Amino acid sequence: MTWLVSALVFWLCAWALNVWLAGSRWRRNLAVRIFVPVLFGVTLLVLWEGLVRGLGVSPVILPAPSEVAKVFAASTSTLWEDFNQTVLKGALSGFLIGAVAALVTAVLIDRSRFLTRGLLPIGNFVAALPIVGIAPILVSWFGFDWQSKAAVVVVMVFFPILVNTVQGLHEAGAMQRDLMRTYAAGYWQTLVKLRLPAAMPFLFNGLKIASTLALIGAIVAEYFGSPTRGMGFRISTGVGSLSIGLVWAEIAVAALAGTAFYGLVAWAEKRVTFWHPSQRR
Amino acid sequence: MKSIAPILTVLAAMVALWYAAVAPMNIRVALDSAERAGETVTPATPLARQEVSVWRLMAQNPGQIAEGYALDRPRLPTPAQVGQELWKTTGDMALDGRAFSKRSLIYHGWITLKSTFWGFLLGTAVGLAGAVAIVYWRVVDMSLMPWAIISQTVPIVALAPMIIVLSSQIGIEGRDLPKAIISAYLCYFPVLVGMVKGLRSPTASQLDLLETYNASGAQAFWKLRLPASIPYLFTSLKIGIAAALVGTIVGELPTGAISGLGARILIGDQFGTPLAIWAALFAAAILAGGLVTLLDLLQRMTLRRMGMGAGA
Repeated sequence: MTWLVSALVFWLCAWALNVWLAGSRWRRNLAVRIFVPVLFGVTLLVLWEGLVRGLGVSPVILPAPSEVAKVFAASTSTLWEDFNQTVLKGALSGFLIGAVAALVTAVLIDRSRFLTRGLLPIGNFVAALPIVGIAPILVSWFGFDWQSKAAVVVVMVFFPILVNTVQGLHEAGAMQRDLMRTYAAGYWQTLVKLRLPAAMPFLFNGLKIASTLALIGAIVAEYFGSPTRGMGFRISTGVGSLSIGLVWAEIAVAALAGTAFYGLVAWAEKRVTFWHPSQRR
Repeated sequence: MKSIAPILTVLAAMVALWYAAVAPMNIRVALDSAERAGETVTPATPLARQEVSVWRLMAQNPGQIAEGYALDRPRLPTPAQVGQELWKTTGDMALDGRAFSKRSLIYHGWITLKSTFWGFLLGTAVGLAGAVAIVYWRVVDMSLMPWAIISQTVPIVALAPMIIVLSSQIGIEGRDLPKAIISAYLCYFPVLVGMVKGLRSPTASQLDLLETYNASGAQAFWKLRLPASIPYLFTSLKIGIAAALVGTIVGELPTGAISGLGARILIGDQFGTPLAIWAALFAAAILAGGLVTLLDLLQRMTLRRMGMGAGA
C-alpha cells in the first residue's frame, strides 16, 4: 500500500513541478526543456514500479523496472551478442546497403523525366505497403543468418529513401540551375554542388523514416528463423519460456538502440543541413 | 492522367524483370524435381549441383528452364501463378458461395481489416486528443512531445509478443484487442504530428480577428483551428491507416495466430507453401491500396465541399 501511495504522491508532485516549470520564466532555458520530459519519463517508471509492487502483480505478467534493470545488469554479455547480431549486422548493414542503393537509383532515375513520372507514384504506393510480410520469403532465400535480415531491411528502407530523394532532387529552383549554367557547370558539377545539397533535407527525412523501419525489419525477420542469437529470437523464445525479465531487458535494448539510431541520423542532419530554415534558431 | 503511360511502362518493366528472374531462381528446384522424375540432368546429384552456378545449370539443362515456371513450390513464383492463387482463394471461392470459409483470403482479409479499423480508430482518437492537449497546454507540449517521438523509434515489434501475452494473462480473450493496440501504436503518431501542425496553422492575424469578434476559446477551436487543420488531418490519416495495417499484420505474425493475412503468411511459411505467402502478401497490398484510395477520395470530397479543393 505504501508503494502505491508514494508512487501516486510522486506523480502528483512531479506533475505540479512540471506545470510550474512550463509556466515559469525559465521555460525557454535549455536545461528546463530537457528536464521536463525527463521528469515525465521518470514519473512513468516510478508509477510502473509502484503499481507493480503495490498491487502485487506477478513478475511473470509484468516485472517491475528495478527487476528488469537487475536482469539487464546480470546478462549484459547475452544482450551484447544479440545487439551485435540484430542491430549491427542485420539492421545497420541492411540500412547502409539500402540507403546507398536508393540514392544511386534516385540519381539514375532523375535523368529521365519519363522514369520519374512512372516510378514516383509506384514508389509512393510501395512505401505504404506492409513490406514486413516478405520476411519469411527472404529468410528462405538467404538462410537463417544475418544476411536474410539485412535483405529484409534493404527492401524496407529502399522505397521511402528513393521517393524522398527523387523529390528532393527537384528542389533546386530554375533560377539556381540557370545560375549554374551561366557558370558553365556540367551535369555532374550541378548535381554535386547544387542539387544533392538541396536534396539533403528530403534525403534525411527518408533516412529518419528508414531508421525506425530498419530495426522493425531486422527483428520481425528473426521471428521466421534465426541462429540461436538475436533480439527477435530471444524475445520470441523468452515469451515462450516465461523468462519475462530478459524479454523486457531486450525490449529496453531495442528501445535504446532505436532512439540512438534515430538520434544519430538527426544529429547528422543537423550537421549537413545547417543552412535549412528548419534548423536555424 | 499524363503519367498513366510512364506508370504502365514501369509496371510492365517490373513484371518482365520478375519473369526473367524466375528462371535462375527456380532452376535448382526444377532440376531436383526433374531428377526425381527420372530425367537425366547434369550434374546428376543435388550435392554436385550445389557447386555449380545457376547460370551454368541453365546453360547445361535448357530443357528444364521451362519447368521452373510451373512448379508447385517454387522459390519465386511467376506473377501468373500468384494471380491464379489469389483468384483461387478469393473470387473463385466467392463464386462457389464460400467467400467466408476459413480457407478464403476474403475471410482472412476481413479479420485483418476489422483489427486495422479498430486500431485506426483508437490511434486516431489518441492522436487527436494528444494534439489538442499539446496545442492548448504548454506543459503537455514540453513533457509529451519528446516521448511521442521516442515512442516511434522503439521497434513495436519487439513489444508485440509481450502485448499479446500480457493481454491473455489479464484474461482478455482473443487477439483483437492486442492487435488493435499494436496498430494504434503505429498509427497515432502521424495523426498527432499532423494535427499539431494543422491546429497551429491559423496565423496570428486570423486568431486576432476572432478575438475582435469576442469569440470564446471553444468557438476559436471549432470555427477556426479545426477547419484549418482538415487538410493536415487527411494527409496524416492516409499515412496512419497504412501504418495501422502494418501494425495489424505484425500483430498477427508472432506466436501462433490462426486468422488474418499475417497469420496466412506465417502458416504459409511453416507449411512450405510459398504461393500462399505470395497471395496473402498481394492481398495485403490490395487492401492497403484500397484503404488509402478510399481516404484519398474522402479527402477530395470533403475539401471540395469546404471550398479547399484543388481548383479553388
